[in-house]
This record gives sequence, structure tokens and C-alpha cells, in this order.
Amino acid sequence: MAKIQARQVRRAFSIRNAKGIKENLTVLEHFSLDINEGEFLSLLGPSGCGKSTFLNILAGLDKFDAGEILVDGEPLQERSFNRGIVFQSYALLPWRTVIKNLEIGLEIRGIGKKERRRIARHYIELVGLAAFENQYPHQLSGGMRQRVAIARVLAYQPDLLLMDEPFAALDAQTRENLQIELLRIWETDKKTILFVTHSIDEAILMSDRVAFMCSRPGRITEIIDIDLPRPRTEDIRNSVEFALIRKNLWGMLQAEAAQIQSYGAYL
Amino acid sequence: MKNKLYKALDLFSRSIGLILFIALWEAAPRLGWVPGIYLAPPSRVFYALWLMAGRGELTRHALISLQRVILGLVVSSVTGVLLGLFIGYFKPVDRILDLLFQAFRQMSAFALFPVFILLFGLGELSKIIIIFWASLWPVLLNTSAGVKNADPVLINSAKSMGASKLFIFIKIILPSAAPEIFTGIRLGGSYCVMAVVAAEMIGASSGLGYLVLYSEETFNVPEMYAGIIGLAILGIGLNWILQSAEKFFTSWKEV
Repeated sequence: MAKIQARQVRRAFSIRNAKGIKENLTVLEHFSLDINEGEFLSLLGPSGCGKSTFLNILAGLDKFDAGEILVDGEPLQERSFNRGIVFQSYALLPWRTVIKNLEIGLEIRGIGKKERRRIARHYIELVGLAAFENQYPHQLSGGMRQRVAIARVLAYQPDLLLMDEPFAALDAQTRENLQIELLRIWETDKKTILFVTHSIDEAILMSDRVAFMCSRPGRITEIIDIDLPRPRTEDIRNSVEFALIRKNLWGMLQAEAAQIQSYGAYL
Repeated sequence: MKNKLYKALDLFSRSIGLILFIALWEAAPRLGWVPGIYLAPPSRVFYALWLMAGRGELTRHALISLQRVILGLVVSSVTGVLLGLFIGYFKPVDRILDLLFQAFRQMSAFALFPVFILLFGLGELSKIIIIFWASLWPVLLNTSAGVKNADPVLINSAKSMGASKLFIFIKIILPSAAPEIFTGIRLGGSYCVMAVVAAEMIGASSGLGYLVLYSEETFNVPEMYAGIIGLAILGIGLNWILQSAEKFFTSWKEV
């Protein structure tokens, strides 16, 4: 059964244009997407196509104007304990140590102090940062901060993980390491992940399926199955299959020539 | 050993300006650059300080001033933080009140002192109110700015995990605003020390401000300067205490 069913979702913002006159900007229109239970789905599209808007709607941070979104067959709730989000900018609390940052989601759930600490310890070990549990976020590198943010959302144990270009701000090598690490963790418990990215390579490497979006207004144009074996490791990047899929996707994208440029942002 | 020497040298180099100033101050009346009856040399001022301390006079005046400052600052901090949190959190309230408060902030507490005397008489109450007024606005406006500046990504992150509004306010917004709240209180503290002098110069019979004015009127110039130095020490001491509290509560901040 589908974890998320989005049907004909529409989202428009009222903005003021250069002349100061109010205008409607339609970000999502006829947006439909099913996300299956336990799948890793990437939402790929150029900047400004509405990927993050859809993710924010799912996270309860934004509303939609028309259409229907079902979570486990029920209408989407604004407040829920079943989802967690990882932002590009880490969103760690600067006044809390690493371990206390991991506990915030569990505090929201109302879990007791001892149990919180136990769960947080488990996940901080999972991302290999046990030695840094008493450091503050500003003392860590970007890659370590994003590890903490991932550990925090995992410790919260949501059914649905939302990731908004989580690795986009990291350098190439750290990014590749974290991609593989996230896959390793995900392959052990297979939580549903919606992964927003504008990197084709990242989408192919990580996903079961890749959903392509076009912009203005944003909607899904194509959904591609990625038939690479799991567990996936570092080597898969250099495999013939990977190269073939990549070539196919690029070919497909050539058709939508107008938007091609912005896909090349980073690969 | 080396560390101690380094620390002594560090203190010395930072004190050069102060030492030069005291030397100049000592020389000016002694060499007749300035009439000695207007400017007592520091040696005599410190002697006066010593004598007054011995009589218990200095401590008595200082304690009274300190008491007024602390009372005014505590009341203004509590009021300023509570109001600031409320105003910063509710945008429409902020919109309605912002211009008014900016105007109040510019309105000098000294200019309002006659108004306070008319309304509350010459007693202790109007003195506390002038101190309260002087320190309220920096606390209030810094607090509301701190609340408004809380990073929306942090709030969204908690919200996506189903945090209640109260949880977000207490665990996210309040700690976010803490550094700015402390800056406001520290600023308010230094305004308090300024305001207490004015308050004690009009219709008072105690406090360091009174001491300075009374010594001037009775032409006891060394004691006048002693009172001024006492006020400087009060200001430095208060700032040091507030700074230590700030450091303790916001120790997580990157340096």
C-alpha cells in the first residue's frame, strides 16, 4: 500500500511583482505522486521547481490550496509524530551539545530522560560520532553536523523521512561518504524516504525510484525505476549499469531542453 | 612561572592608559595647570576615599545606590523580558507598539524625572521609576528582537516532529533569544548606574550621587572626586557581574 498518495495538489503563493502589484505564483499544479511504504524515492528537478514546497507540505510546514494528500490512507495532518525532516542547513540547536541535539525529537515525544539518553547514544554510535557527543555543533565540520542531523531524525524514529537536499552544502568527498553511509543505515530498517535533490547522480545512486519534476508550475513529468542491486556500495558509481541509467536519464532530459541547463548545477 | 609573568605583563600593558591618566591628573593641579581647589590630585582623592571608607560613609552611600540600581534593574528586567517575549512572539502586537516603544526609548529618563516627581513625589518611588524607565527599553527591545530573530529553520525542524507551540517557545525560541536578552540587561545595567546619579542629585539625602553633589556644595573637592570614583567602581562591578551571568548562561556561544 502506498505510504503517501498525493492527488492533483495545487499550491499558489500571492507575491508582489517588481511593480508592487499582487500576483499569484503557482508553484505546484496537478501534482500527483505515490510513495510506497519502505521505498527510497528521490524528487529531482531544477531549482525553484517546487520540490521543497511539496516536502514542506508533507512536513506540515506549509499548506496546499487544492487536491488531496493521504498518509497511510488518512488525510495529511498538520501535526504528527510520524515524520522527521533533514535540512540542507543542518538545523542543529547551537546551545545544545551533540547528544542533547539528538534528544530533542524524543523530548517532543515525551520520552523519559534515561530512555532518551539510551536511544541517543545508540544513534550517535551508528553515525560514528560517539567521541563527539559533548561537543557543540559549531565545533564540528559540516559533514559531522549533517551526520548529527541525520542521527537526530533517526533517533526520533519517524515512519517517513523527509530530506531536503541534505548533502548539497557539503564538499564532494564528504557528500559521497555520507551518501553511502545513509544507504547503509537505510538498508537496515527501510524507512520510507522522500529525498529531494537536484543531482542526477545522487538520485540514481540512492533511490528505488526517481520522480522528475518540471517547473512553473511544478508537477511530476516522469517516474523512473532504478534497477540497481542492493546493498549498493561505493563501487556502483563506476559500474556499467550505473553509467547506462545515467545515459538514459540524460537522454530523456535532453527532450526537455529548456530546463537542461539547471540540471547541470552539480553532478 | 612564565605564565604568571605573562599575565602581569598583560595587565600592565592594558593599564598603561589608566596609569598615564592618573599621572597627568596628579601633575595638573600640583604644577598649577589647573587650580587645585577645582581639581584635587588623585593622591588626595584616594586619601579621602580611605578616610570615608574608615568612617563607613562610603559603604553606606554605595550600598544605598547599589540597592536602588538593583531594585530598578530587577523590576525592569522582569517587566522588559516578559513584555519583550510577548511582543516579539505576536507580530500584530509588535506592529502596533513598535513606533511607540522606539519613541519611548529615545525619551530621556532625565527629561522625564520632573514628570515622575509630579506624579510620584520626591520619595524613593520616583527614584526607582527613573532607573526603571532608563533600563526598561533596552531590555524590552532587545528581547523582542531576539525572539523575532530566532532561526525559522530551527522552529520548522521542531514543528515537523510535532512539537507543540509551547515546546517551541520554551525550548527553541527562548534559548535563541537568550544572548540578545542578556545584551539588553547588560545595557540596561549601565543605564541604571547613570540614572541613579541623576535620581540622587534631586531631593535625595543618601547615595553616591547625593554624596558627589553635597561634597561639591560644601566645597569638599576630594570627597566629590571620591564619590565619582565610587560610581565608576559601582558601574564596573555591576557590568562584571552581569557579564559573568551572561557567560554562564550562554557558554555555548562560539567565540
